[in-house]
Amino acid sequence: MATQRDFTQLEKARGATQATQRNESATRPPVDVFENSDGIRLIADMPGVSKEHLRLQAEGNTLTIEGDLQFEVTDRMEPLHAEVRSTLYRCSFVLSSELDTSQIEAILKDGVLAVRIPKRAAFRPRRIEVQSG
Amino acid sequence: MFEGLWGYEHPLAGQIRRLEDELDAVFGRGASLTGTRNIRSLPAGGFPAVNIASTPEALLVYLFAPGLDTKAFDISMQQNLLSISGTRDIPVDETATYYRRERFSGEFRRTISLPDDADPERVEAKYLNGILTIRIGRRESTRPRQIEVR
Repeated sequence: MATQRDFTQLEKARGATQATQRNESATRPPVDVFENSDGIRLIADMPGVSKEHLRLQAEGNTLTIEGDLQFEVTDRMEPLHAEVRSTLYRCSFVLSSELDTSQIEAILKDGVLAVRIPKRAAFRPRRIEVQSG
Repeated sequence: MFEGLWGYEHPLAGQIRRLEDELDAVFGRGASLTGTRNIRSLPAGGFPAVNIASTPEALLVYLFAPGLDTKAFDISMQQNLLSISGTRDIPVDETATYYRRERFSGEFRRTISLPDDADPERVEAKYLNGILTIRIGRRESTRPRQIEVR
């Protein structure tokens, strides 16, 4: 249950164990997903997640993204207002077979995760030159 | 409940809010997200999301504003009103097909009414991993003081 006490428990979340082992409700980050001829791009807002606390996993045809939200916590801190009450982000997507899960690239910067999932070469549109005769 | 942060209202939200009200009634929280609100209280669900905490020495305001440059923020404080504004422009790839566009794009402003002992002369801000942390000192006089019994 989400209470403001979750916020004070952030300190405990600092030494976070693998999120999958944690029995905690997760926030689904807002994402943009778009496709062009090369593949799919997924951009997720995950403020408070550093590279060390981000986990990307492609298993079978499912891509799972998890991240631990961490921010500065000091002693004797009391929450006054909390809109973000979870310290875990999680989202997963089913990928179709033309996407090459072995070639996924991800960049994390300022709490924004950008993932590129390329299409297998055979599925990329080929430009066919029309020769004038 | 968390979906509410991104603008959706979960059917359970009302029930959760009622439960929070009950918790508030029992534990007497002053700055509640629900129940009787301060006239300047923050509506939840805007961008960026805000958490506020206090310590005996300072107030800490966290803004969950990823993908921005430190120069993108305009922070001002007048008496106990803290205002943060800026613009987050997300470029649109015209050649692409979009399936989801959930990320906030555009201008934002959040105004936060801080407790009266917030000191506008002592405000520091830093930006790390998409969180803007603003630390506002609290005035000495209102800090709890240990009184020695002789």
